[in-house]
Amino acid sequence: MAQATEVRRRNKGRELSMSLEEFTKAYHDMLLIRRFEEKAGQLYGMGLIGGFCHLYIGQEAVVVGMLSAISEGDQVITSYRDHGHMLASGMDPRGVMSELTGRRDGYSHGKGGSMHMFSKARHFFGGHGIVGAQVSLGTGIAFSNWYRNNDRICLTFFGEGAANQGQVFESFNLAALLKLPVVYVIENNRYSMGTSVDRATTAKDLAHNGAAWGIPGAQADGMDVVAVKEAAEIAVAWCRAGKGPYLLEVKTYRYRGHSMSDPARYRTREEVQQMRAEHDCIEGARAKLLALGVEEAALKKIDDEVKRIIQDAADFAEKSPDPDPAELFTDVLKEDAAA
Amino acid sequence: MPRMNMVQALNSAMDVMMARDENVVVFGEDVGYFGGVFRCTEGLQKKYGRDRAFDTPIAESGILAAAIGMGVYGLRPVVEIQFADYIYPATDQLVSTAARLRYRSAGAFTAPITVRSPCGGGIFGGQTHSQSPEAIFTHVCGLKTVIPSNPYDAKGLLISAIEDDDPVIFLEPKRIYNGPFDGHHDRPVIPWSEHPASEVPAGHYTVSLGQAACVRPGAEVTVLTYGTMVHVALAGAEEAGVDAEILDLRTLIPLDIETIVASVGKTGRCLIVHEATRTSGFGAELAALVQEHCFYALEAPIVRITGWDTPYPHALEWDYFPGPRRVAEGLKRVMAD
Ligand SMILES: Cc1ncc(C[n+]2csc(CCOP(=O)(O)OP(=O)(O)O)c2C)c(N)n1
Ligand SMILES: [Mg+2]
Repeated sequence: MAQATEVRRRNKGRELSMSLEEFTKAYHDMLLIRRFEEKAGQLYGMGLIGGFCHLYIGQEAVVVGMLSAISEGDQVITSYRDHGHMLASGMDPRGVMSELTGRRDGYSHGKGGSMHMFSKARHFFGGHGIVGAQVSLGTGIAFSNWYRNNDRICLTFFGEGAANQGQVFESFNLAALLKLPVVYVIENNRYSMGTSVDRATTAKDLAHNGAAWGIPGAQADGMDVVAVKEAAEIAVAWCRAGKGPYLLEVKTYRYRGHSMSDPARYRTREEVQQMRAEHDCIEGARAKLLALGVEEAALKKIDDEVKRIIQDAADFAEKSPDPDPAELFTDVLKEDAAA
Repeated sequence: MPRMNMVQALNSAMDVMMARDENVVVFGEDVGYFGGVFRCTEGLQKKYGRDRAFDTPIAESGILAAAIGMGVYGLRPVVEIQFADYIYPATDQLVSTAARLRYRSAGAFTAPITVRSPCGGGIFGGQTHSQSPEAIFTHVCGLKTVIPSNPYDAKGLLISAIEDDDPVIFLEPKRIYNGPFDGHHDRPVIPWSEHPASEVPAGHYTVSLGQAACVRPGAEVTVLTYGTMVHVALAGAEEAGVDAEILDLRTLIPLDIETIVASVGKTGRCLIVHEATRTSGFGAELAALVQEHCFYALEAPIVRITGWDTPYPHALEWDYFPGPRRVAEGLKRVMAD
């Protein structure tokens, strides 16, 4: 596998397992998320999307790297900053975008919105608006895996702000006690809304947050998809082997405001510019691909393909009809669905 | 007199109290450095320092429990829970400790805390940014529950809440932070500056807990409401062309039952309007009380206009929100018998 060797060399000899084909796919997947989010931002500006909408721009390498290390059937759960996780899980951009625009063809028929979508088929369990909630839920999903002995693991994503919720530590204890197959992924993008991580905790390395319970922890550069995948594989292997939970702190950065209504006055423009210019995961991957001898034309083809998918999703989401007002009353409880 | 919107009025209340009483401390998520996501605590950290206006980690249960401990030992904490939808992790300590402390210690200890939290819909917030959970708190004996509908009341009530020796849940209808909202979502937003209640004294004053306000005198029917729905009820009455007497309850616990009884005794009819879901909502309590106190004065069944018994949806917000048309229909129904 000459290609894999080349990628490894570009990463300065670190142990990793990614063929050129996989790496190119990772580039595609990150770009798909980036363009989706940019389009969502545009539609928001045009008034087609309303309410709370949290973009993932800047963090794409985290979810793409993590998900490239799991197998079909493994579950994924995250917070409200969830569009990237859904696309990486293989959910249909049309259905996701239609949920953002609050239309009938959205994954939750317009009733959930940006923060609340699910896909049983793609093993994606939300989309949770309550900070920290998904950490305990993901622990429960992992319990179900363990109980049914099905060899599945649950990737449980949360922010460094969420990492301070009490139920996160409760979950760590439970998962360690029962040796549950859950990978906890802290996406440390340095900010929880307007509060920087050093104003929210004295912990320096969040990877150690599970140490009291003996949960192994590691850090990864979240602006480098290969580094994320490398760390993910170790974590996933640990869990899959029945050794219990694993904690990954992935260092990343969000370029946009917390949500569409946040002018982000709590950080400097220079800080954002520097991250974009020097650490962007997509630009980095692109440069690597070119250095590996991939033709500019091949990358252009990927760019065009991604653009087409996103435009199609946006057009679809704009044309999809509003939900029927009767839909307000369905799925509150089971009998409503039957009625 | 200065003109203030509701955010400024609330900010002013905390400012006044922090200046008067060094035991008043203000904290919550993004409250200190950032000044709060709705800017209600803007400038307080600069003025009073980090010991008195500070950020907490995202941990509602812990925030509230700490506030109770502080309150027990001499401080007057004013806590912000960023959205009322996030208060549930804190309900354990609110219910099990704050509400029960006075009773449990035979009056030796109290929890003089104020829990401010933006509530209600109309901002396209979907299910985790739109709820109206007031009835959860009114159901718990030992808590006071306040919901202002305008800047003047907001400041006066918040000062009363901070000065109160018991725990107060202070719910702020976020849709009316910047202007009164009468439910006509398709019309331009009206700023508070055009409303008389935006005249707010700069200094200290109080609006007592437990006093309703009559915002529209009328003869035909009494409307009991609070928060954003006060403005919606005014628009609904106009639309229905009914001479309604509209009472802004302002505080749910303690409740101004005298004013309610006097009004229903006069009109003989009663419409209850709230944004929260219907079943076991505060309207059910109001209906029961009116029935108990005014049964022989009633000329028609009491009618409730409320949010539907569903989670708050992302799409279809204006089908969900009990706007002026639904209030007008309610008024017509209560007048029909
Ligand atoms: C229980 C709860 N408390 C507060 C909030 C409000 N809130 C939403 S996102 C957020 C910041 C979370 O930051 P972090 O976990 O770092 O995730 P990020 O937004 O950076 O992805 C806060 C305070 C909430 N949604 N739920
Ligand atoms: Mg964060």
